Amino acid sequence: MALLAGADLGGARGVLLMQSSGTGNCVNMLSLIKGGRFPFLTLISMRGDFGEGNPWQFPMGQAVQPVLEAMGVICLRIDRPEEVVPTVGAALTMVFQSGHAVAVLLTQKLLGAKLF
Amino acid sequence: MALDHDRGGVGASAPEFILDRRDAVPALVGRHEDFLIVSGLAGTSRDVAALTGDGAHTYTMAGAMGGACMIGLGLALARPDRRVLVVTGDGELLMNVGALATIAVMNPPNLAIVCVDNGHYGETGYQKSHTSLGVDLERVAAGFGIKASRAISSENELADGARLLSDGNGTAFVLLRVKPTDPPAFKRNMDPSACRNLFRTALLGAG
Repeated sequence: MALLAGADLGGARGVLLMQSSGTGNCVNMLSLIKGGRFPFLTLISMRGDFGEGNPWQFPMGQAVQPVLEAMGVICLRIDRPEEVVPTVGAALTMVFQSGHAVAVLLTQKLLGAKLF
Repeated sequence: MALDHDRGGVGASAPEFILDRRDAVPALVGRHEDFLIVSGLAGTSRDVAALTGDGAHTYTMAGAMGGACMIGLGLALARPDRRVLVVTGDGELLMNVGALATIAVMNPPNLAIVCVDNGHYGETGYQKSHTSLGVDLERVAAGFGIKASRAISSENELADGARLLSDGNGTAFVLLRVKPTDPPAFKRNMDPSACRNLFRTALLGAG
């Protein structure tokens, strides 16, 4: 997250790819994104939602969207393969044209759930 | 404003924490105009703002603790034509010390990091940090794989550290041990969005 802010200061663009658990590790760093009004795009592969078989994944997985929204990040959920390209395209416009912070949530309905 | 006061002698009692940051940071950085500079929280941001007159080639933080080194990495990767200097403190670095692992792996040749180590969390009231209690961040950096690293605790080592910052062939890390006294008083711009715009306009031009 901070790396992408630095890239923006230098005139470059990037996208953060992470699993939903990682959201919990970088909540405070969204102070930088929101306060600095940095363009920010993240693609998050979800755990702890549809069909999850590992109970440890639920607390953070279920908190991802409310936590991100509380820090000013718009969340776009994707459940179906045909939604991926148009949604990511929409997110790119919202971030790099409008300067907003957007998370695209790739749900387990889309990706499949781990059963262990 | 009274600024020059030791804090209970805790950090100052350690023989290696003797340099005054108000002299040592400018001596170590040298020609600040040669760098794009990212600084950590209150202490190092005031060091940098006082040194540069809160220049538009600096991005000084006052929150998002733990982000300084990674902002520096992103900036260094985006601008391989410029030297990037991160000036942060022991507390800010400890908050996200794993950043050094990523930086060591990426090893951009135009990135240098100075950790101004006063052994304390100055911003919150000078509680002791881990570096007062045995943690050696220069050895941590070296252990992560940053090849060009130095620990500096006396004046006669500053010139060598300055060379490392300006001439490094890979990412450089300099631990600058200082006594736990206040950084310079300096009223800098603390609006993170305004600072982003000032920095980008100066570096990239308007629009």
